[in-house]
Amino acid sequence: MSKLPATAKCVVIGAGIVGNGMVYHLAKLGWKDIVQIDKGPLPNPGGSTGHASNFIFPVDHSKEMTAITAESMRQYKEWGTFTETGGIEVARTPERMQELARRITSAKSWGIEGGRILTPAEVKELVPYIDETIILGGYYQPTVGVVDSLRTGTLMREHAAASGAAQSFANIEVLDITVENGRVTGVVTDQGTIAADYVVIATGCWSPKLAAMAGAYIPLTPAVHQMKDIGPVPFFKDTKGDIEWPIVRDMDVFMYERQHGTGLEIGSYAHRPILYTPDDIPSNATAALSPTEFAFTQADFDIQDEHAYELMPSIVGDESVREKYACNGILSYTPDGMPILGETPEVKGLWSVAAVWIKEGPGTSKSVAEWMVLGDSEIDLHASNIARFHEHHKEEKHIKSRVAESFNKTYGIVHPLEQYESNRKVRLSPYYEREAALGAVFYETAGWERPFWYESNKDLVAKFGDKVMPRTAEWESRWWSPIINAEHLQMRETAGIVDLTAFAYFDITGPSALAVVQKAALRQMDVAIGRVVYTPVLGPNGGFKSDLTIMRLDTDHFRVVTGGAHGMADKKWFADLLPADGSAKIKDITSDYTTLGVWGPNARAIVQAVTSEDMSHESFKFSTCREMDINGVKVLASRISYVGDLGWEFYVPMADGPALWDALWEAGKSHGLIAVGIGVYGTTGRLEKCYRAYGPELETEYTVVEAGMQSPKLKEADFIGKEAHVKHRAEKPVAMLCTLYVDNHTSSTGEKRYMMGNEPVLTLDKQPITDAHGRRSYVTSAGSAPSLGKHILMSYLPTELAVAGNKFIVEYLGEHYPCSIAEVGPTSVFDPSNERILA
Amino acid sequence: MDVLVCLKRVPLAGGTLILTPDSRDIETKHLGFGISPHEENAVEAGVQLVEQMGGTLTLLTLGPSDAEEQLRSQLAIGATRAVLIETDGQEWDPQGTAAALVDAINAEETKFDLIIFGAESADSAGYQIHIRVAHALNRPIVTNVKSMKIENSIVNCERVVANGREHYEAPLPAIITVRDGLNIPRYPSVPGRMQARKKTVDMKKAEPRVPKLEKVTLALAPSKDKGAEILGKGADAVPALVEVLKQIGAF
Repeated sequence: MSKLPATAKCVVIGAGIVGNGMVYHLAKLGWKDIVQIDKGPLPNPGGSTGHASNFIFPVDHSKEMTAITAESMRQYKEWGTFTETGGIEVARTPERMQELARRITSAKSWGIEGGRILTPAEVKELVPYIDETIILGGYYQPTVGVVDSLRTGTLMREHAAASGAAQSFANIEVLDITVENGRVTGVVTDQGTIAADYVVIATGCWSPKLAAMAGAYIPLTPAVHQMKDIGPVPFFKDTKGDIEWPIVRDMDVFMYERQHGTGLEIGSYAHRPILYTPDDIPSNATAALSPTEFAFTQADFDIQDEHAYELMPSIVGDESVREKYACNGILSYTPDGMPILGETPEVKGLWSVAAVWIKEGPGTSKSVAEWMVLGDSEIDLHASNIARFHEHHKEEKHIKSRVAESFNKTYGIVHPLEQYESNRKVRLSPYYEREAALGAVFYETAGWERPFWYESNKDLVAKFGDKVMPRTAEWESRWWSPIINAEHLQMRETAGIVDLTAFAYFDITGPSALAVVQKAALRQMDVAIGRVVYTPVLGPNGGFKSDLTIMRLDTDHFRVVTGGAHGMADKKWFADLLPADGSAKIKDITSDYTTLGVWGPNARAIVQAVTSEDMSHESFKFSTCREMDINGVKVLASRISYVGDLGWEFYVPMADGPALWDALWEAGKSHGLIAVGIGVYGTTGRLEKCYRAYGPELETEYTVVEAGMQSPKLKEADFIGKEAHVKHRAEKPVAMLCTLYVDNHTSSTGEKRYMMGNEPVLTLDKQPITDAHGRRSYVTSAGSAPSLGKHILMSYLPTELAVAGNKFIVEYLGEHYPCSIAEVGPTSVFDPSNERILA
Repeated sequence: MDVLVCLKRVPLAGGTLILTPDSRDIETKHLGFGISPHEENAVEAGVQLVEQMGGTLTLLTLGPSDAEEQLRSQLAIGATRAVLIETDGQEWDPQGTAAALVDAINAEETKFDLIIFGAESADSAGYQIHIRVAHALNRPIVTNVKSMKIENSIVNCERVVANGREHYEAPLPAIITVRDGLNIPRYPSVPGRMQARKKTVDMKKAEPRVPKLEKVTLALAPSKDKGAEILGKGADAVPALVEVLKQIGAF
């Protein structure tokens, strides 16, 4: 073997499916001088790739995950390492049957074809060794398949090597990753040092350890997935290949069974969470099997044995069929279930491609390579961005408790609004006790406890009666309350106070501050001091990277206010734009400041009662901010609205928060002020106004023009994505974001049903709708519009179909409901001329 | 026919061993546990005897409470019940171990016709326990048995020695130790696992004894691993390969 090079453009650490994919795709995109190293031998260095079960179900409720999986499958097929077998998710309970219908709707939304619901007898026909009497049905996806991940990785590695762009070295242990001035400089190994401009950590469950060498964080934990291989099975004695029969997922017991040669592999996500740290993983030399194949612990699998027996008694119950092999295989789990991708916020040039499973490997590698080489990936990776983590997310306690809680949900029925129970109350706003006293029901955002609604407002439900659009069906009543809609209606009548502490804030200061925000913002930032600008932030391809608010507080001082969930990624985005000469600085003040919003027709009267500042429309104009005094508390007040009513956001240091709340609350008593939760702020208020949100509506895949957010005049100053945006402005948009009403909610059982988002929008003959760029039409956001008595859906529809009044079908949990376009583009369905906001 | 098989929970080492910092034990944090390979032959022999002749197969071990895992695995193969003499997890010396086993055997209602040990434990290989137990119970013992048959209350045993085979007959009740080659141990089936969960494991507390033998230190044997030698690639490797095959007497 040739000697380890002393320099490289990029060192890729790891030779599992991800590391090999990175080497291949970086080389394919034109990078040369790539060096790949792994501590273990090739082709199986001993990580999770080596013991993976290797089957792929293409559908996930996450659009991002489904897109990455589809791209991975495409690549596996290209390498000739994919065997299509079909797969069936079987249901033992009515709840699971509903979930399977929901999975089919996700499949249609994300463009995955061929899925259908089977009766137990139809399942039996495909899988004769199943006991169909214990199931209620199944979801058959004919495109499920099994891949050879080791072979694929080898082909990708060899391909990159043959092109002359990359060299791979086995049995090299990384001892250190060196960093200078916040930038990675190289890798120290047991066989020499490699100076490098880029270092990619593709080391799966070892990643946190490697990142720590550079002072960075990859917050994941190694966790056990148990599997047992039994055989030889008499029924499979004539099978020829590795895999001939459909993969079966026994969803209600969190298990799968797959034929593997003459054996049956039984895997489980049902056992107790068994979590390790990277230091617990042995070296190749000391491991009994491979480093990531731990000794099987039968006691954790006892119930799973019984469940497998129930489903496949003729095989599992056969005394002659014996255990061939069993292991506690190590996989990577993250606290929020998504991969960890991108450049680490701590160290420039140090990239993480971690917590990536076999079904995602090649697609993820391609996307991250695009991100590294081209500055952005074609598939939107925002939910996997490593920069999403707040500091508390990186703590071992958070990682372990969340993974312990979510491990058994791997095959679980997870409601879109489901909240974690563990490691809560991590960050409390200054109003927490006051809110708790009002019966706040707290949801979590970025570690903050946020009132979603207040039980103290429950009398309002009776007041507004049917206008709260009561729900009877369990699924959409879960994690919901009619009080949300009652709070909404009361706010529209009087006023509401909203805790917005979960915002992230950072100040950008210095002579180059304007240049930095101009570069990031689509909108003009060279505005008068005291102006507040809501602006999209675009990526190089002209897609959305964020939307946020920037206040110009002084000539060289801008304050960025953004949502907590995406705040840290935004911070990195701006930090990356800072000039090297130090002429602009960024300061994160998220933990120093808190925000209260007051909105409603009475907002002005309430605020005016506690300040000497002139709050009149003429004096305090919309989209402006100023420092003022509220009952002795110095606040930064900003007149904007995300809920569609007159009002202000008030920013104060955390310590002043309670005094601010008390002053407003006291003044509000005579004006009908109520506490209003995030259910209104994030959904009902927003949707009535057709405000787009980053994530659901605004993402890389859609343009500003398609979202209906282009300004009449293009900003002269340069900004990221400008070239693409100029092009988008010149073209006819392929799709338009529309607001739809559901025209009839009644299901086949006579119950009224309310969509929750991500459902497919279909033609009247129930066919999926695909635009000219191959994008499916689906519901980006859904929710009540209580002021209108309507249930609102937002969806991008092909431009030729985007005509007000056009009728469609929305599929929800297997049933079809008529809907029609209420508005094309950004005009809001409630108060379209913004009279209330501009009152 | 009532058979007793004695087992020991041992770490399953596959790769390079590491020692604990005080060098007195094998570091087991990365290792799983099982029973010694020869004991798998012992259990298989016991299961076959009971299948052929009826009766019961009891398992007996002295070890930490975690040793229940090993007992359950062997119950899954077909043993009737098990007894666990629970220690505090410390390794016992052979004298103490044998005395505790003898006490437990004497306390059993069943008077076992045959007691089977593995020829050696995979970790300490002290070759003492079975002899001490046989002596204390005043029973005949045949060690290193590779073939065995029971007829007319006599156990006929064959053992392999350097230049041939030795044949012994011992009247029951007797003790034998067995080794690989006696049979092919079966693996558990899922139904076997499920039945094993319902079987009885009697837990007994071990009487603390003052050890008479102290393990001072362990040292790792020098590595004999010279690494792989690459003979060549493709057809070029054939002559060298043929040479190696000749050397090892493959033809």
